[in-house]
Amino acid sequence: MHWTNSRKILAGLAMATALSTTAMALPAHAAELRMAWSQDATGLDPHKQTAFSSLRLLELVYEPLVRLDPELNVIPAIASSWEFSADAKMLTFKLDPKAKFTNGNQVTSADVKASFERLLDEATAAAARSNFLSIESIETPDDATVVFNLSTADVPILVAMATINAAIVPASEIAAGSIGTTALGSGPFTLDSWEPNAKEVLSANTEWAGGPLNIDGITISVLPDESAILASLRAGQIDFALLNDPLIATLVPNEANLELNRVPGLAYNVLQLNPSRAPMDNLMVRQAISCAVNRQEIIDSALAGEGKVTGPLTMPAFAQDTSKLFCYEQDLDKAKQLMADAGFADGFTATVIGANGEPPVASSEAQVLQSQLAEIGIKLDIKMMELNVYVDTWLAGDFDMAVAQNGGRPDPYPMYNRYFTKDGNLVKVSNFSDDELDSLMKQGQAETDPAKRVEIFHAFEQRLAEQSPWIWLSTSYSYTAQLKTVSGYEPSPTGTLFGITKIAIQ
Amino acid sequence: MSYVVQRLLTFPLILLGVSVLVFVSIRLIPGDAITAMLGTEAGMMTPDQRAALAAYFGIDQPVWSQYSRWFLGLFQGDLGVSSIYAKPVLTVILERFPLTLQLSLMAMVIALGVGVPLGVLAATRNERPSDLVVRVLAMLGQSTPSFVIGVLIIYVLSVFFGMVPAMGTFTPITVDPWASLGQLFFPAVTLGFAFAASVTRISRSSMLDVLSDDYVRTARAKGASPMSVVWRHALPNALIPVVTLSGVEFGYLLGGAVIVEQIFALPGLGRLVLDAITQRDYALVQGTVLFVAFNFLVVNLLVDLAYVALDPRIRLGSR
Repeated sequence: MHWTNSRKILAGLAMATALSTTAMALPAHAAELRMAWSQDATGLDPHKQTAFSSLRLLELVYEPLVRLDPELNVIPAIASSWEFSADAKMLTFKLDPKAKFTNGNQVTSADVKASFERLLDEATAAAARSNFLSIESIETPDDATVVFNLSTADVPILVAMATINAAIVPASEIAAGSIGTTALGSGPFTLDSWEPNAKEVLSANTEWAGGPLNIDGITISVLPDESAILASLRAGQIDFALLNDPLIATLVPNEANLELNRVPGLAYNVLQLNPSRAPMDNLMVRQAISCAVNRQEIIDSALAGEGKVTGPLTMPAFAQDTSKLFCYEQDLDKAKQLMADAGFADGFTATVIGANGEPPVASSEAQVLQSQLAEIGIKLDIKMMELNVYVDTWLAGDFDMAVAQNGGRPDPYPMYNRYFTKDGNLVKVSNFSDDELDSLMKQGQAETDPAKRVEIFHAFEQRLAEQSPWIWLSTSYSYTAQLKTVSGYEPSPTGTLFGITKIAIQ
Repeated sequence: MSYVVQRLLTFPLILLGVSVLVFVSIRLIPGDAITAMLGTEAGMMTPDQRAALAAYFGIDQPVWSQYSRWFLGLFQGDLGVSSIYAKPVLTVILERFPLTLQLSLMAMVIALGVGVPLGVLAATRNERPSDLVVRVLAMLGQSTPSFVIGVLIIYVLSVFFGMVPAMGTFTPITVDPWASLGQLFFPAVTLGFAFAASVTRISRSSMLDVLSDDYVRTARAKGASPMSVVWRHALPNALIPVVTLSGVEFGYLLGGAVIVEQIFALPGLGRLVLDAITQRDYALVQGTVLFVAFNFLVVNLLVDLAYVALDPRIRLGSR
């Protein structure tokens, strides 16, 4: 008798399963890109937002004056051409006459001026302001011409302008105070709706100056668990996804219907030492740590082989052969000798901090470093923290060592000026400055000849690796995965998803 | 009735305690809305820029004045404005609550629908093979974490059936009942799994107790059929511990199922609190925790009232 009851339950379950199956079949949208990512944008103000996913969303809606192609060359966006004066103290842009905001208005020099003035206003609280401090005045001789007068020769400012943090927004929207609530840009898509941490809907901007597009729109779902993203791709319920976790990404090629796009990023994994604390204040101790570390082994065991050994400069145009850098081959004898010379033959104990899940491999990296440094008697205590707690501790420079993944820039100047020059904003984090690094940085800012800049920054990189305030380890890859029905996507080392504009769906 | 009034009068006091606790503890964690928004780029700000942002997030005032402003707002039904959603906190909570309520109810139905019959079955076949099978299953169910079951379900569905439950946004039951039930079916199974195991174990042991009671023997002696003895005479009395367990569990479920919502990408209360904490949206954390605490109090009160309905001998409040 009891079995009858159980059978009814089973039948009920089976029915519910059948019902849910039908409910889950989604209609196919031929020209709408169904996309997923695990972390959502945190806001819509292109000047204020710095979170990776916010930038990735806003790049589809807004446009800067110039942008970077996948080889990191500066290419036109709102500006169709640009020119530095011979002394690199004046930068002139000609605007594209086809550039229009999605309300139909022309993008004019007045909008450019208003946008940069907003960015420079301290009340705006734009973190990117620090890249544009050399702007002294902005002139608008006509509607299509903008002239930036600079207080000092500043070549890297052009590359700094190629980010969405320097987006051009309508002067009228600035006056109305509606930047950040409405997303009115001149980019390839318009943002129709945004439910934070759940969903974004974008539709193609048919008037886009860089157009036409092959897709009608994008829906972005926020799926916080990346294994669920992989499952959705596998089931064909999404077309395209951004992946952060290398362990998930390496599973993608096993799936017959999926394709993985992998590109080395500009961000770098690094072991930051704190040279303001003993014994890391001792150059020989820092160099010993650099010699004791086996960078390839960290990549192999902590990053599942997904990464490349790097020096401080991660951008291909500036990177040099790492064998030219100090102790890039593990050398335990030299490391032990340096420790003994420094008076630490018996080693010491230090605490290393890291952020949970940011990057996903942080704690395994810390563990491999722990075992490698144990070889020269250094005992590492690992302290993993929630991301915000970590950021707070990191900004205060309150650590012995930190396992970090720091963002890269297409140009060495904005990438390291903040950390390793005497008046850098983040010198409190690096706790390290050096006259030679300072002077090389200044030369690199003013030099207009690209070949000479490469030479200057090579010297900078060699000096930095030899002083070893930090131990640079590897660059990791940025990943996107897509169904094989999706074609044309162009990945970029900056991690931008702007390559979506080239996508076509079969 | 006076018992209910007495209980209701303690609500404001408990909620006041909860509000102070959550207000202070969220501010004690290092990091604030500025580091949450900017990450390490927060270090690029000048002091004036930082002050402008602090004023924007309302964290430039001293803590006591932030609290008094928030507290006074409560009396006007104003829980503040969420900085993530740029909407009133109460609106955001009420948008998320239907999912959590429906998911909790479905998990309850699954847990009770599976757990009680299995428990009764095991009790009536005490120490026989079917009892052992149920007990082993219950042990397994209780000891398997929900993230294992959730990930396993998604994996099996996507690999062997080529589908996954709808994720990202939620279809409310009022819009499309079948899509809504279908979307929450597997999350509810995941959530109900361990819960069903506890229900099975409790109802089995409670049933065993009751079955050895005098009145059950009397019922048997008077010739009542075995079915009627078990289901009509014994079960209602055996259910009291199950009601206690379900009440507490339901109270927890209404606070949102963080892990299951995370795995199945469901926008419920659990993920709302988690996102609010990681993005340091103070108003949202405070409002949601207060809301959850209130639900918990109401559910507990209802459980107490349910005792009276199940067993008229119980008198609440009289000493």
